[in-house]
Amino acid sequence: MTGNMEVPAGRMRSTVLGLSRKQWRWLGLLGLVTVAVGLPFVMEGYRTFQFTLTLAYAIAVLGLNILTGYNGQISLGHGAFYAVGAYTSAILMNLWGVPYWATVPVAGAISLAAGFLFGMPALRLQGLYLALATFALAVATPQLLKLHALEQWTGGSQGIVIIKPDAPFGLPLTQDQWLYFFTLAITVVMFVVARNLLRGRTGRALLAIRDHELAAQVMGINTALYKSGAFGVSAMFTGVAGALGAIAVQFVAPDSFNFFLSIAFLVAMIVGGLATISGAIFGALFIVFVPNLAGNISQAAPWAIYGVFVILFMYLMPYGLLGLLRRLVTRFRTVASGAD
Amino acid sequence: MDAFIQQVLSGLANGGVYAILALALVVIYRATPLVNFAQGEMAMFSTYMAWSMIHAGLPYWVAFGITLIGSFAIGVFIQQVILWPVRDAPILTLIIVFIGLLVIFNSLAGWIFSYTIKTFPSPFPSDALFSGQPVSTHDLGSIGVTLAVVSLVYVFFRYTRVGLAMRACAENPDSTRLVGIRVGWMLALGWGLAAAIGAVAGMMIAPVVFLEPNMMGGVLLYSFAGALLGGIDNPWGAIVGGFIVGVLENVAGAYIVGTELKLTVALVVIVGVLIVRPAGLFGRPIVTRV
Amino acid sequence: MALLEVSDLHAAYGPTTVLHGVSFTIDEGQITTILGANGAGKTTTLRAICGLLRTSGDVRFQGERITGKSTEDIVRMGMGHVPEGRGTFFHLTVEENLRLGAYTRRDKGVDADFERVYQYFPQLQERKHQQAGTLSGGEQQMLAISRALMMRPKLMLLDEPSFGLAPLIVQDIFRIMREINERDGVSMLLVEQNASLALNLASHAYLLETGSVVISGSTDEIRQNESVRKSYLGY
Repeated sequence: MTGNMEVPAGRMRSTVLGLSRKQWRWLGLLGLVTVAVGLPFVMEGYRTFQFTLTLAYAIAVLGLNILTGYNGQISLGHGAFYAVGAYTSAILMNLWGVPYWATVPVAGAISLAAGFLFGMPALRLQGLYLALATFALAVATPQLLKLHALEQWTGGSQGIVIIKPDAPFGLPLTQDQWLYFFTLAITVVMFVVARNLLRGRTGRALLAIRDHELAAQVMGINTALYKSGAFGVSAMFTGVAGALGAIAVQFVAPDSFNFFLSIAFLVAMIVGGLATISGAIFGALFIVFVPNLAGNISQAAPWAIYGVFVILFMYLMPYGLLGLLRRLVTRFRTVASGAD
Repeated sequence: MDAFIQQVLSGLANGGVYAILALALVVIYRATPLVNFAQGEMAMFSTYMAWSMIHAGLPYWVAFGITLIGSFAIGVFIQQVILWPVRDAPILTLIIVFIGLLVIFNSLAGWIFSYTIKTFPSPFPSDALFSGQPVSTHDLGSIGVTLAVVSLVYVFFRYTRVGLAMRACAENPDSTRLVGIRVGWMLALGWGLAAAIGAVAGMMIAPVVFLEPNMMGGVLLYSFAGALLGGIDNPWGAIVGGFIVGVLENVAGAYIVGTELKLTVALVVIVGVLIVRPAGLFGRPIVTRV
Repeated sequence: MALLEVSDLHAAYGPTTVLHGVSFTIDEGQITTILGANGAGKTTTLRAICGLLRTSGDVRFQGERITGKSTEDIVRMGMGHVPEGRGTFFHLTVEENLRLGAYTRRDKGVDADFERVYQYFPQLQERKHQQAGTLSGGEQQMLAISRALMMRPKLMLLDEPSFGLAPLIVQDIFRIMREINERDGVSMLLVEQNASLALNLASHAYLLETGSVVISGSTDEIRQNESVRKSYLGY
């Protein structure tokens, strides 16, 4: 008997425009890779630098999301861990001539330790109180960085200047282009690490703890370990981001790591989507380019926009841009199947 | 010894401001167990409102009064329009909304009034009977204002009908509904009151730290420290805590850690209290329902 | 016109429907009781009438439709609710608790009502300035009833007033409830697990089982009913 196979009502169509879902995924990935790799060749230096910074921020936001989005521990102070990574990198390069690429893993390791150390007493703090403590950390960070006793390392209020690295092996790339690819490579690695971490049992444990800690404990999950671990890993991501950011900006100074940096990461996490991985990119793009566009109106405009956006998001899109996109895609698929 | 007394008195004056702001935080915490992260920026914005009126020629106390009324209205507006739709949302959502408000107030102030530092007048003349003493008249006046605010708030809650209704609402909103009291209005009132109280704090500290959009960041932190130290649900505790933090900040800043690390003192107090004794000195222990 | 008319009342806690079309009427001056086992929906019925949950159906108080109104508006129409667990304001004094009951009143009879309440419950007068949380269970129940009385309600809703109290105290309280009904003309809707106690006080009764009314009638009829006797009265 000839004829089409009946697709039962409500079942999602298996092909759209002749390509399967998996094939669409690969196509999308290919497109993304093409854009990502081609970008620095079509943009001028400053734009490339902005995209490099975007990548660094994306890693930082991903770190924050691991802790707050997936694990429910509210941090208003992630700028502090970014600063730890940035300063680690700067000090290593400045005082001991460590090559820039080697400072990144060290920054990650030190941030990991810092995060874990902070995460342990933080175990005793719930929601609001953790928010208060991290808020205090964020506000106090610039002052901590200006500590007189540490001045010989941190450079005090004036900070440290970093020399921009050249492309290695005589590759025909400008400094901006090289830094972009360097950062891109590390970004990809960090995202893969995050994906593996969060897709499996660890991710489920983190979510379980977020949604009902007591139930998670009863089920045998070692909540203390997971929670302080989440803090450590989250700080590590953000510390790596800080190192990359410092290298890109070529400069670290205490006042760039103020409270508003922590808020920017928070805004990016929300706009991109709580508890998503790829959302970090959207969020980072948001916080890098909105000031670019809105800064022409007034110095204050970007922040006013952040504030309004964030509140609107809480009303309308609790799951951020990515959540909205996902729902649109699902709707597109079911509409397409219905039209058959 | 003179210098020490001066530090203490100056610390008490600052502490008075922290106490007032901490009181505002406690008023809101008791109504809706949440800490208003935007309290500092709201106070700063109110101070700018006062500044524009004074700049336009209005006498100080007239501007002061109008600012209180305006701030009250803003507080009511925020509670009724912005917070009401998300009142049952999880805590992360609410904290984010507060941060959003913080950022909006901060940037609005920068936008409307620019970021250049402005001077804000003190209502206490600097050539009063106490000149030559190791403490400024503004400091003394500030302490006086703190005590006045505290007394008024105390009398309001303890002896007025509406104050009683608000206390009831803070304790048991369901039972409050059952006696016919509109809980929504009580919350709005609480927010309006807190905003007005915060405005006083802003206007008292502005002459000292100078008026600019970021002036309340540190003050808010000290107020958090004071409120937590005294017990976040206890108005008296907030006041005592505020004074203690003020003195501690000054004394530690002058003799132990140096002025550059004063904010770190606040950080240490906050983290210390939260870890060692979250209920603070006078607060009720927090019980989590399972 | 009946004082309270409930028709086809449904109520839900989130996705779970707890009341499946409850209907009954209360006339003025009556004491009516709702009986039933734990989880039958008795407390839910009272809370639904007061607008504390989402409901569908029709509830009329003195002829006026109250479904969908806010709790504050409903109680201002003359309904005093003595909730499960007393609902007293622990950190406020006895007198402050009572004053809150009279909060919405604009008439001059408030002082006289204080007198009345203290006459019914002299223990409350003794402890006027004590914090409500320091009172014994029985005294708190007295306070809860008095607070509702201070509203000069036409109808009092009482949710398990005997719960957790010693028998002698319960006797006292129920005696005073009868007095309040007879002297001050306050109608009552009483939810009780203690069936015999309730049937002695009330004139009409409804039996609730898993969210629906299964038996209704005068208390004499109910007391004679075989199944009620066996399941709820123990003989």
